[in-house]
Amino acid sequence: MILVLVEPGELSFEALALARRLGEPVEALVFGADGAGLGVSKAYVVEHERLDAYAPEAWAAALVELVERLQPEAVVAAGSDRGQEVMAHVAARLDAPLAANCVDVQPGNPYVVTRQRWGGSLLEEARLSGAVKLLTVAPHTIAAEAAGDGATVTVEPFTPSLGEDDLRVRVARREEPEAGTVSLAEARVVVGGGRGVGSAEGFAVLEELAQLLGGAVGGSRVVTNLGWRPHHDQVGQTGARIAPDLYIACGISGAIQHIVGCKAAKRILAINSDRNAPIVARADYAVIGDLHEILPALVAELRR
Amino acid sequence: MKVLVCIKRVPETGARITLTADEQEIDTSFLGFTISPHEECAVEEALRIAGGETTVLTLGPAAAEEQLRNALAMGIGSAILLETDGREWGPEATARAIADAVREGGFDLLLFGNESADSGGYQVGIRVAHLLGLPCVTGIKGIDFADGAATVRREVGGGWEIFDVSLPAVLTVKEGINLPRYPSLPGRIKAKKAEITRVDPEWVAGGLEKVRLVVPQEEASQVEILGEGAAAAPRLVEVLKEIGVA
Repeated sequence: MILVLVEPGELSFEALALARRLGEPVEALVFGADGAGLGVSKAYVVEHERLDAYAPEAWAAALVELVERLQPEAVVAAGSDRGQEVMAHVAARLDAPLAANCVDVQPGNPYVVTRQRWGGSLLEEARLSGAVKLLTVAPHTIAAEAAGDGATVTVEPFTPSLGEDDLRVRVARREEPEAGTVSLAEARVVVGGGRGVGSAEGFAVLEELAQLLGGAVGGSRVVTNLGWRPHHDQVGQTGARIAPDLYIACGISGAIQHIVGCKAAKRILAINSDRNAPIVARADYAVIGDLHEILPALVAELRR
Repeated sequence: MKVLVCIKRVPETGARITLTADEQEIDTSFLGFTISPHEECAVEEALRIAGGETTVLTLGPAAAEEQLRNALAMGIGSAILLETDGREWGPEATARAIADAVREGGFDLLLFGNESADSGGYQVGIRVAHLLGLPCVTGIKGIDFADGAATVRREVGGGWEIFDVSLPAVLTVKEGINLPRYPSLPGRIKAKKAEITRVDPEWVAGGLEKVRLVVPQEEASQVEILGEGAAAAPRLVEVLKEIGVA
C-alpha cells in the first residue's frame, strides 16, 4: 500500500499521480479537506480539535501513527513547503532516509529515484531503501491526472494521538495577502524583469502590462538583490517557482538559477536586446530589441 | 544570546553544469565556491540579532575553511569545522555530526538555510532539531525576539504565517529575510588569522544511496522570433490572443 499526504492545493494531486505508479492500493491521509475526489481506495480524514491551525510536528505525528498502524511500502507527499517540512519531520522520527523532490521513481526494493538537485538544473539517480520509503514529488514535474472517475472508495475519520510537544510549533496567526493581488505562484501570466529593466522605476511599464493581462510581476535575483523589487517577487531557485500559461521575460539573460524557477511555464516569451541570450534559446517566442521601446508599444497596442 | 549558524560550501555554478567522468560530482576544476544562498542570509541574520555571541559551523572538506572565514569576515565570532575527507555526507550523517558537536554548546538559537543549493534535501535542520529535542520552524523570512521567545514569519501565497516559538530553537531561513553584508577589509584581515576549531565527525553509513548525477537534456530550441523592436507589437498581440491571455 502506498500512503499519500494530502493537503489543500493542486500539488497533492501530483503526489497522488506518482503514488499510483508505485503500486496499488493508494490510500491518503487528508488534512483540511473531506477526502472526496482523490481517486484513492481509502481516505483517512484528520479530525482533531487542536489541528484547526497548521502544526508541522503534529502532521508528522499523525503520519507516523498511521505508518505504524498500516505499514505502507511508501509515503508520498507534494514538494510543497508543507510537504517537504512534514516529511522531513517524519523521516527524523522514523530515522529513515527521505528523497526530496523526486521527478521519477522505479518501484522495487530498493526504489530507484530520480530527484532534483540545484533546483532541477541537475538530477540525481539514487537508491532509496528502508521498511518505508519516504519521498516528495518535485512541483510541476508530474502531471496531476485523476484516477478513473476520481471517486474515493472509503472515507474514514482519523484522530491522531498528539502530545503537547507535537503542538509546540503551530501557526499562531495569519496575515492574508492584500485583496486583489495576484500571487506569483498562481498567476496565469507573469511579467518578469531582469537587469535589462535598468532601475526600480523601469518596472512601471511591466506593472502596466501585468495589470492589462491580469498577471503578476516577477524579477530575477539580480533585481531583488539590487532592491529594484521586493524579494518575494523573485523567480528562481531561491525564490518562487512559477507555472503560468505565459512567462514574459524582459531583459533577463536566463541564468540557470532563474530558468529552474520559470521552466514550468507553459510558454515563455523573451524580450531581450541580445539574440544570443540563454533565455532566448529557452523561449517559445522572442522579440529582439530594447524592452523600453517594445513594452510601451505592446501596452499601446493592447489598449487599442 | 548564543547563536549558531550552520552553512554549506557549494560550487558557484555557471550557465551549464559539467560532471566529472564518473558522474558522481560536479566538475569544479574551473569553479569558485561560495556559501549556499539561504545560509548566507542565516549568517547575516545571526549578526543582526543584537548582543549575539555568534558561531559558524560547517561540515565539509578542509577547503570549507574558506566559507567559514567568509562568515568570520562578515563578523561572526568563532568557527567550527567538522572536517570530512571530501566525500559527500547525506542528511542523516550530517545532522548527527552537527547535533553531537553542538549538544553541549548552550546555544539559544540554531540557524540553518531552508535547503542547500546543491543537494536540496530540505531536512538537515529538522533532523538536528529532532536529535536535540528542540522545536523547529522552516522557511523563515522574519524573526523578532521578546521574553525568551521568538516570533517568526513565513510567506505563504503572498500572505504570512506567524509562529511563536520558545528558545532554544532551530530556525531555517530563506533568502529575502535580509540582504547579506559584504565583509569589511578589517573583517577580512581578522578572519584570516582567526583560530578555527576542528572536529573529526563520525561517519555513519546508510541513507539515500547516490548512483549517479545526470545533467537534464535541454529541449531543442523552438524559438519563434516575432520581430524586432516596437514594430513587433501588433504581431505580439496576435500571439497573446492565440495563447488566450489577451
